[in-house]
Amino acid sequence: MKTLVWVEHDGASVKDATLSTVTAAAKLGEVHLLVAGQGVGAVAEAAAKIAGVGKVHVADDAAYAHALAENVAPLVAKLMETHDAFLVPATTNGKNIAPRVAALLDVMQISDILSVESEDTFTRPIYAGNAIATVQTRDAKKVISVRGTAFEKAATEGGTGTIEAVASTGDAGVSTYVGSEIAKSERPELTSAKIIVSGGRALGSSEQFHAVIDPLADKLGAGVGASRAAVDAGYAPNDYQVGQTGKIVAPEVYVAVGISGAIQHLAGMKDSKTIIAINKDEDAPIFQVADLGLVGDLFKIVPELTEKL
Amino acid sequence: MKVLVPVKRVLDYNVKPRVKADGTGVDLANVKMSMNPFDEIAVEEAIRLKEKAGVTEIVVVSIGEQKAQETLRTALAMGADRAILIVSEDKVEPLGVAKLLAKIVEEEQPDLVILGKQAIDDDNNQTGQMLAGLLGRGQATFASKVELSPGTVVVTREVDGGAETESLPLPAIITVDLRLNEPRYASLPNIMKAKSKPLAQKTPADYGVDVSPRLTTLKVVEPPKRSAGIKVADVDELVAKLKAMGVAK
Repeated sequence: MKTLVWVEHDGASVKDATLSTVTAAAKLGEVHLLVAGQGVGAVAEAAAKIAGVGKVHVADDAAYAHALAENVAPLVAKLMETHDAFLVPATTNGKNIAPRVAALLDVMQISDILSVESEDTFTRPIYAGNAIATVQTRDAKKVISVRGTAFEKAATEGGTGTIEAVASTGDAGVSTYVGSEIAKSERPELTSAKIIVSGGRALGSSEQFHAVIDPLADKLGAGVGASRAAVDAGYAPNDYQVGQTGKIVAPEVYVAVGISGAIQHLAGMKDSKTIIAINKDEDAPIFQVADLGLVGDLFKIVPELTEKL
Repeated sequence: MKVLVPVKRVLDYNVKPRVKADGTGVDLANVKMSMNPFDEIAVEEAIRLKEKAGVTEIVVVSIGEQKAQETLRTALAMGADRAILIVSEDKVEPLGVAKLLAKIVEEEQPDLVILGKQAIDDDNNQTGQMLAGLLGRGQATFASKVELSPGTVVVTREVDGGAETESLPLPAIITVDLRLNEPRYASLPNIMKAKSKPLAQKTPADYGVDVSPRLTTLKVVEPPKRSAGIKVADVDELVAKLKAMGVAK
């Protein structure tokens, strides 16, 4: 089987989410990559070095500069004439593009896979991760999004992919990129951080969130996350949100501070290797999934913990 | 301007799903069902666009069993004008739903279709994008802000790392994210009034759409259980554990 993997990039380098998708694709067969964007020569070269990669298709055109699904989907559909499966990481770009491609190919997409059981059978979470379904597709062409935390990352070196330019399918003319506001962060990216310190509504305010959570995160070299309640209350920006409706993470260590552990939050972090919970309510559901729990006032515990580390 | 809002009846988000012992799925017998939370946000946005003027009619549509009528009545009570129910006792996948919606769009000619970004049962996050693909229209997914003007809609989207703004010519497809708005509750008088609003019943066959599933669910199991953890007494013990794990030096 020939697979085509969407390369998630920022115009300069390949994003980590791509690497897990390459691992999933390799379980299906030959791995080809698609680098779409404007001025993406460096990205294509980096992509060609990913271990196990055969061909790197490069579509360099202004129409692809912002990964607009309307422009990218016809390009992918064209390339799918010679590929059997299209895989994307389950990032916002991947989720935006892949179903449109599936519709153009008249196939059902398989979302957010956790494992490849065989070339037509996959497992995926449903009901906010409260159940795992094994699904088999009867579509000839497969469109799949891959949960990054469920697959090892392919090595970024050692590959000898060949780079091949593909013709642009142009601008579909049904959408225009206006602008973006990217939150600035010096910390590790949430979805790839090894340690995450996450705060909930109990932090009480944006000032306290930063005063309590940030020093601990800095001490541990951790990424900072938040529950939906904390984000909705304005204590943290929305891209910090971990959960069914935010980011799915699976770090080595997840420290939940003042987070009760609602179903929708657990869906985003319960595959973390070690979960540590700090909460004053000893009956909080978070303690049912936490490996290490400490009951008490976070405003005393967290500064003390930061101090003693 | 006309807006079409597809809504789905799902297991209530507060209910903890139970996997059936025979591994065929999640037990939906005698459990509370509600409108998918993202769809409530979609309905709310349509109503706000109507209140701000510009939108003159809101049509809600649901595909599923007869009981999905309740979900449509809820949307009508919130402020939608009329409803269409496409009855199918069998589960219809996003691709089938998108094909049916494409037919309704052809028939109704809405200027805007507003959907939830995903249903909290299948967690697919596909239908809106598929519909846009089938129609060849612009799509703005994960919307956190919608500004409608004649001929154009400008949408701010929640993307990894922040927000992005796109402009789409109408007609267009939008899928909404949680932060877009806070859905209203239907008042009792409005619930009563909703009972007399029009609700048309159709079947997939009326639209000539083949909705047979492409995916077969072989089994559904519970996720692996985490082994019970321990509670530590104080910060010193926590620090000691973290050091033993190699997290702290």
